[in-house]
Formats: sequence, C-alpha cells, structure tokens
Amino acid sequence: MTVPDTMMPETPARAVRTLDYTGSERLTMNMGPQHPSAHGVFRAILELEGERVVGVDAVIGYLHRCHEKLAENLTYVQYPSIASKTDYVAAMTSELAYVMATEGLAKIEVPKRAQYLRVLVAELQRIASHCLWLGTWCMDMGGALGGGATVFLYCIRERELVLDLFESLTGARLLYGFHQIGGVRYDVPDGWSAQCRQTVDLIEQRLVEYEGLLVENAFFQMRTKGVGVISRELAEDVGLSGPLLRGSGVAYDLRRAHPYSSYEDFQFDIPVQPAGDCYARYEVRMVEFRQSIRIIRQILDGLPEGPISSRPGVKSVAQVRVPKGEIYTRVEGPRGEVGCYLIGEGGPKPYRMKWRGASFSNLAVLPHIIPGHSVADVVAIMGSVDPVFGEVDR
Amino acid sequence: MTDLSPALSALLMGGGVLGALLGLLAYVTLLERKFAARLQSRIGPYRVGPHGLLQPIADGVKLLLKEDLVPASADRTVFNLAPVVFLVPCFLIYATIPFAPGLGVADVSIGVLFFLAVSSMEIVGLFMAGWSSNNKYALLSAMRAVNQIISYDLPFLMAAMVPVLLAGSLRLSDIAMAQQGGLWFVFYPVIGQIGFIAFIVASVAAENRVPFDILEAESELVAGFRVEYSGMKFAMITLSEYAHVIGTSFLAALLFLGAWSGPGPEWLGAVWFLLKALGVFVLITWIRWSFIRIRVDQILQISWKLLLPLTVLLVMVTAIVIVLRGPHGG
Repeated sequence: MTVPDTMMPETPARAVRTLDYTGSERLTMNMGPQHPSAHGVFRAILELEGERVVGVDAVIGYLHRCHEKLAENLTYVQYPSIASKTDYVAAMTSELAYVMATEGLAKIEVPKRAQYLRVLVAELQRIASHCLWLGTWCMDMGGALGGGATVFLYCIRERELVLDLFESLTGARLLYGFHQIGGVRYDVPDGWSAQCRQTVDLIEQRLVEYEGLLVENAFFQMRTKGVGVISRELAEDVGLSGPLLRGSGVAYDLRRAHPYSSYEDFQFDIPVQPAGDCYARYEVRMVEFRQSIRIIRQILDGLPEGPISSRPGVKSVAQVRVPKGEIYTRVEGPRGEVGCYLIGEGGPKPYRMKWRGASFSNLAVLPHIIPGHSVADVVAIMGSVDPVFGEVDR
Repeated sequence: MTDLSPALSALLMGGGVLGALLGLLAYVTLLERKFAARLQSRIGPYRVGPHGLLQPIADGVKLLLKEDLVPASADRTVFNLAPVVFLVPCFLIYATIPFAPGLGVADVSIGVLFFLAVSSMEIVGLFMAGWSSNNKYALLSAMRAVNQIISYDLPFLMAAMVPVLLAGSLRLSDIAMAQQGGLWFVFYPVIGQIGFIAFIVASVAAENRVPFDILEAESELVAGFRVEYSGMKFAMITLSEYAHVIGTSFLAALLFLGAWSGPGPEWLGAVWFLLKALGVFVLITWIRWSFIRIRVDQILQISWKLLLPLTVLLVMVTAIVIVLRGPHGG
C-alpha cells in the first residue's frame, strides 16, 4: 500500500501528476466542476486505485471574468467596487489592496480615522470569511445531511451578524465599495459601535460552542489530524501564505512583517502551528478569529476623530490621475497575501494591473499533498485550503 | 381473529402493518426534519399545512410527478430492479416484530435471526443500484457498501445476542415477555448498557447514517449509489432506508427497552412500544446531526478492532453470567 517511488515528489516543488487516461485498472474520476464540495467551480481529475488517490490534475479557469483587463479599462475611481468581486467572500480585502496601490502611486495620504476604519472592516471581514470557511469545511467532511450542516448553519448565523454590520455601514451585504482613494466612503453611523461590540462578544461566545462540537469530537480529530501535511519546506517552496503558511510553522503575517494602514498601532498575536496538517490550519484560524476580535475592540476603544478621507467626494470618474510608475502593494487577507501590482501611465486609468490572489497560490499545493490520501481526505484537504474561486480565476 | 382462516388473518395483519408503516414512515421524515431544524436553530418545514404537517404528502406527490430518468448507458433491467430488491428486505424485517402481545404478522421462533438475516440482504439492492448505474461515484459507493455491511453485521448480530442470551430465546415475543414487569435489559448491570451502546453504534453503521454514511457521502460521492435515481425510484430507496432505520429502532426498543412494558393499562403497550422506538430513532437522528462523517478505513478499524472484539467478549461474559446466575437473574 505504499506509493511507488516514481510517484513521490523528489523535491517538494515537483508535483505528482501520473495520470493515465488509457483505461487500465485505475479509475479516473472527475471531482467537479459541478460537485457538492468543489467550492465553486474547481475541477480535480483524480486517479484512483480503489479509494486511494494516486494522481491529481487540477483544472481551473471556469470562473474567469477578465478582471485584470477590466482594470485597464476602468478608471482608478471606478475599479475599487469591481475589485471586491475577485474574492467575493472577503470583498473588503481586495478593495483595500487596490486602493492602497493607487494611493501609493499617487502619493495620497490617508487620514488616521480612515486607516483605523479600514482595519476595522478588514478584521470584521476576516471573521466573516473564517465563519464561511469553518462551515463549508465541516460540511465537506460531515455532509449536508449530517453534523457538518449543523456547524455550517451555526457559522452562517454568525456570518450574517457581521454582514448586518456591513449593511448598516455601507448599505451592501456582499460587495461593499467601502474604500475610496484617500480614505473610506462611509463613516460609522450612530450606535454602530455598540452593535459591533455586541456582535463580537456574541461571536466570541459562540466560538467556544464550535470548539465544543469539534475539538472534543474524536471523529473530527480522526478526520483532520495527520491529514494533508504540508511541510515547512513545501509551504515555502510553493509560496503559500496566510493560515496555510502559519499552519506549517512559519510565523509570517503581513500585518506584522510589513504593517500597513496603522496595523502597528494594535496589539495582536500571530498564531503558528508546526504540525502542518488540517488540524493545525484549523487551530490557526480559530486563534485568528479571537485575534481579530481583539483588534476590533482596540479600534472601537480608540477610534480617532477627524476626516474619513483626504479627498473630496467623487464628482467625476476621471478625477483621480496617477503619475507614471509601478507599485506592488499587499495586504493580509483571510486566505493570505492579496497583492496588487499596478502600472500607472499618467492618466485616469492604469496601464496594467495584476492580482496576486491568495487562493490561487495556495491551490498550487494540492497536487503535492493529495496523492496518497483517500477520496474522503481530498475534500477535507480542499476545505482546509479554503479557496475562493472568484479569486483563483479572477 | 380466531374464526378467520390463518392465511386470511395473516394477510389482513400484513396489510394493516404495511399501511400503518407507510404512514409512520412519512411522518418520521417530518419528525427528523423538524428535529434537525431545531438543532440547527432553524424552523423546518412550515408552509404546507399547519406547522408543515402536510409536507410528507407534498414530498410524495412531488416525487411521483418527477420524470423518471434512466441513464442511457445503464444496465436497464438491473437498474430498474434495484430499488425493489432494496425495498423488500427493508419492509420484510417488520414481519417478525410483535407490536403488542399477539399483534404481529409472524411470531417465528427464530425472530431475531430472521430480522438480522433479512436486514443484511439490503446490500444486494444497494450493490445492484451502484453497479448498474454505470457511474463512478455509484460504483465507489457500492464498493464501500459491501465493505461496511460485512463489517457491521457481525457486531450488530453479536450485540443482539446479549438480550437473546438473557431471555433464553430467539423468539422476539419471548424476549419482550422476559422484560415484562421486570428489568429492561438495558438496565442489566454493565452488560446491558455496553450491549445497548454497541447495538446503537452498529445499527447506525448498518443504516448508513452519519457518521457512517460513507455510501451516500454527498461531499465526496455526490449521492453515492443513488446518484442516477430520480422520481419514484429515488423515493423507494429513501423510503426503504427510513423503513430500515425505524425497523432497527423497533428492534432496539424490543431487545433492550422492554418492548411494550410501561405504566398504564395493557392496551397502551403498543403505544409505549412505538414511543420507545421513536425515542431510539430520535437518538440516532441526534447522532446524525451532530457528528461529522469518518473515513472508510477508520470505519472498518472501529468495527474490526473495537466493536467486534468488544461484542464477542460481551456475549461470552453474558453466557458466563447466565450460567452462574440463571437466565434473567437480574
């Protein structure tokens, strides 16, 4: 039952891909693009020997919407509200990355209050995104007609609370258009802070409930411990970021390594787990929930007064002009490093824009870790990687 | 019923049980949905009739009217036959259950064995469905089914042997009578509790429910062996699964929970029996909606390395206890 040497990667950076389409004893099975645990439209062509996966070929691109070309044809003012559609589960993140790139090129200062508000929504978004991750991951492992669905519905209940906060802040629940060049578009309304405090208090309580359902459940541990191990070397070679990297023992978080938007003002811990398996990634994200709540409380306690934007409201779509130059900005999204590479050419539109999607880079690890596992583990590993296909295909 | 010929009386009884069963099954689905909904802080079916009470009927009508698809490359005969082959054993298990003293279709002297033998025959239907669909998900599911049923029928049988030994009879009504007015077997010190837990675990596995629902495993195998079924054939498979679950719940209530014994007049016995069976069903449902599924290899490990040795040991201990203390000495 051991994998032959020819199928094992010699170096971490070489993926296993021994697909055999000739019709031998092996079974070639499609998982996706239409599949209950495809997390959107991911297609994995699995090569099976009984229940065991010996080869995997990942196919992406079913959700490609020409985002980078769109960015060339939309002005700096227009694009932020489209940027949120790349990672639609954490829309605030990519908006922030794009706006920061523009501000960096055009040398636009952002008022302190706006910076704090940006951090506030980014951390709320992290909570909302992790809620969806936990729910869908448990549903992958536990079934839509079983305990997994129970965790999913609990998580969605909490995500709704965060979306309610976003709705009263921006008027939208999924794609916000909250950030604008020079600051943010909306200030917090009256009573919002109190509502926000209540919400994070409630979520903090409910996290204990989830852990009661999962951590103390032997079946959950059986399904996650030792499954989908990513070694530290592999994680660094493939270029993972976010909870996957930290779950493999690398203490790297952009919020700490390269602080942006006043992250240096806040106190928070960066969770690291050396094990590199699904359970380690789970533990990292569960701590991130709590650290986000900690940051949110600090912001609500010390939100500075002042303007929320250094620029006037939008009157014309072409009103922001950016000098010639190149810039790469990156933010720590819920799934890892979301980068935006922007080349300005002096006009109201960029010459070229390139996204570095965290999910896209993280997905590259799948062919390294899936072979050797069973079909049931494939969905557990997929869920623990937490890809959002809007961000993968863009 | 004494003046009727035995054949006619058995026929009437069989028809009555079947009719009552179909009604019960329809509403058991509603019970499960309502229970799961409350567990998940939802409301559940609410629109069709007061509190969604007509929902099972609406579901049935919907499935009746659905188009019945047969995949072009499927083995037509086997594909069409499979739901029936699956359905028959699932309903046949009710034949030996005495719902009240003297109220049952056939109280045979090997009732427990008959029940176990017939209930494990459902694997034939499962495998036919998985094989004939000509679908890779269904095929994998059928492979898993054979694995799982073989692994869990043995501990299931062994756990069921504990009450049999305690009562000293394989006849289901004798086992029920042995607990009448005395100690329910689940309260028999140590042996009863371990036996009951092992029985519930093994029956959840035999019923293919979460956490052992690797056959259906919709996040891996979409819907497993029934992925190609639609309309009434799908309804038949689902109905059979529920029939199996409820049948096993009745057996658990009979073997361990004292069957129809309970306070009140004797005619309430059948009601007590039903309530106990539904209680077991709710327990199984509770397990289903709180656990996550485990892997095939882990399921087999639990069976062969833990459950089977445990239940075999339990049967041996029970036998020794009975030799020392006499049958039903509690």
